[in-house]
Amino acid sequence: MTTTVNPVTLNLRAVWGRAYVRIVGANREPSWIFFDGILPLLGIAAYVFIYEGFFRGISTPEARAALNALVGFVVLGGVMIAFWMNVLWSMASQLYWEKEMGNLQLYMMAPMSRLALLGGMAIGGIFMTSVRALVTLIAGIYVFGVHFTLANPLLLLAVFFVTLIALYGMGMMFASLYLLWGREAYHMSALLEEPIFLVSGFYFPIGAFPQVGAWGRAIAIGGSIIPATLGLDALRQILFPATTASFQFLDVQTELLLLVVLAVVFLILARHTLGYMEMLARREGRLTARHQ
Amino acid sequence: MAELAVETRDLTRVFTQRRRIFRRRNAENGGAEGPVTALNGVGIEIRQGELFGLLGPNGAGKTTLIKILATLLLPTSGVAKVAGFDVTRDTFQIRTRINMVSGGETSGYGLLTTRENIWMFSQFYGVQSKVAKERVDALLHTFGLWEKRNAKVRTLSSGQRQKMNMIRGFVTDPSIFFLDEPTLGLDVNASRVIREYVKNWVQTEEDKTVLLTTHYMMEADEMCDRLAIINNGQILAVDTPANLKRRLKKDTTFRIEVDPLKDVAVFKAIRGVKNFSLTSDGGSSLAKLTFILEDEAAVSDIVSEVVRQGSRIHYLQKSEPTLEDVFISMVGRSLE
Repeated sequence: MTTTVNPVTLNLRAVWGRAYVRIVGANREPSWIFFDGILPLLGIAAYVFIYEGFFRGISTPEARAALNALVGFVVLGGVMIAFWMNVLWSMASQLYWEKEMGNLQLYMMAPMSRLALLGGMAIGGIFMTSVRALVTLIAGIYVFGVHFTLANPLLLLAVFFVTLIALYGMGMMFASLYLLWGREAYHMSALLEEPIFLVSGFYFPIGAFPQVGAWGRAIAIGGSIIPATLGLDALRQILFPATTASFQFLDVQTELLLLVVLAVVFLILARHTLGYMEMLARREGRLTARHQ
Repeated sequence: MAELAVETRDLTRVFTQRRRIFRRRNAENGGAEGPVTALNGVGIEIRQGELFGLLGPNGAGKTTLIKILATLLLPTSGVAKVAGFDVTRDTFQIRTRINMVSGGETSGYGLLTTRENIWMFSQFYGVQSKVAKERVDALLHTFGLWEKRNAKVRTLSSGQRQKMNMIRGFVTDPSIFFLDEPTLGLDVNASRVIREYVKNWVQTEEDKTVLLTTHYMMEADEMCDRLAIINNGQILAVDTPANLKRRLKKDTTFRIEVDPLKDVAVFKAIRGVKNFSLTSDGGSSLAKLTFILEDEAAVSDIVSEVVRQGSRIHYLQKSEPTLEDVFISMVGRSLE
């Protein structure tokens, strides 16, 4: 009775197997175009109309540049919101839903690494959400007329991908914790949604917080634990360099460094919480069983 | 002697209640919530190439045993080995060699097709994609699911879904396959396809082992090389179905159907009655009783008692012992 499996090949196949569900399965129903592509634009449009209202009748080049930057902030925020929502609802709470669907016990019984499973979810989620985020970005450019300055594309890509790794690492860590919390997972996601929108600066630059006093600085620092906060601030600085100087929270290099640290920390924590979750599941016999 | 596929020694699993701040009192036990012993000193040996059955009522400990062997649950004490590996330590080695399918499983993703769903699970075992796809197609044909290969999983009937689950298990080509009530709730045709394939798989493939839990007597009798009868977490007997039935050869089995009785406990006191079970007929108001008699003369006392209680006998038959009778003689109740 001998069976040899190369763990590296096994885990790479597991990553692709799980990512496939999101890459192919989730785009199979065209309804996503309406729900994930068009509906999010409404929230962005509301802020765009407010900002345009402020600048109505002012047509100086400085005012036009400021308006372009503000609308651009909101569009970028919309892009990042798509990823944050995916992390919250499709990564953090995913193991809980897998348990309810009856998949979790099959995942736990399979020889693949638990990180490969979550890694597959994350890669699939990144791809799936990128398609949705692209819709938001294209709408920003063509519908709202935003002009981006692409002076340093490499730095832009580095910040974007490190942000995603840190963000999905955080989602992987939450996945185990949510499973331990059981049915409260759903409420936990709902609870985290709106406050994070505020403290992460999805609709306005996070650098505005420190300007309103010590408590504003505390919120900005606290909000930085969420990778989207620093990532978004850095992306805005790269894409709107002229107008973000007065709203800069930290410089781009520092933010990139902090994002790398967050990515490493979250991935390490995710590995440990997954191990703990599995040990608890085997010891107590309830975490992988449905409706318990 | 063949190598052991599964071995347990003095295996015990105790479930403790979770502590809750607001605990609802349990009316049945006066509010006390003690530990539940699901397995109590279980010792079994399953040889490679064997189709081994675990027969017992709901709550007997069958699923707990399978979950321990499938590395999903830790034993409280004792030893459990699968393919020679310890379930507490050698999880990776065990997981590469096993698979499990349970009855009523709802695994997979509704948006994926049947084919994609099975392929996805094969990737978690590292099966080469091309090989997996070939196996999936072959198994879809065998299980009569080829027409549904491109149907979304959420559109499948429960029978089709269970066939898909079985393919999910076989596609990884496990050495040891755990089947936990695989035909639960399925129609006759779907059950027959699954039973025939499993039986054929063990017979034709080299060194493939199946541990099947069931509470369907016919399934256990028809499929298994050997059987363990389990009740209240304890193994009561292990033998071939034929040998288990042979144990009752010196006893006599009588089945009677009567009008509802006021008191059935009284039958236990009749001399010559080894054990009996009462099952009500869901379709009629008749009470069905199966008696295992050490002394055939007890029949006249049973009939007298039925008449004394003002009941009427509608049916009386002496029959060959079945596995159901073996179970009744050991446990004192029917499996149904």
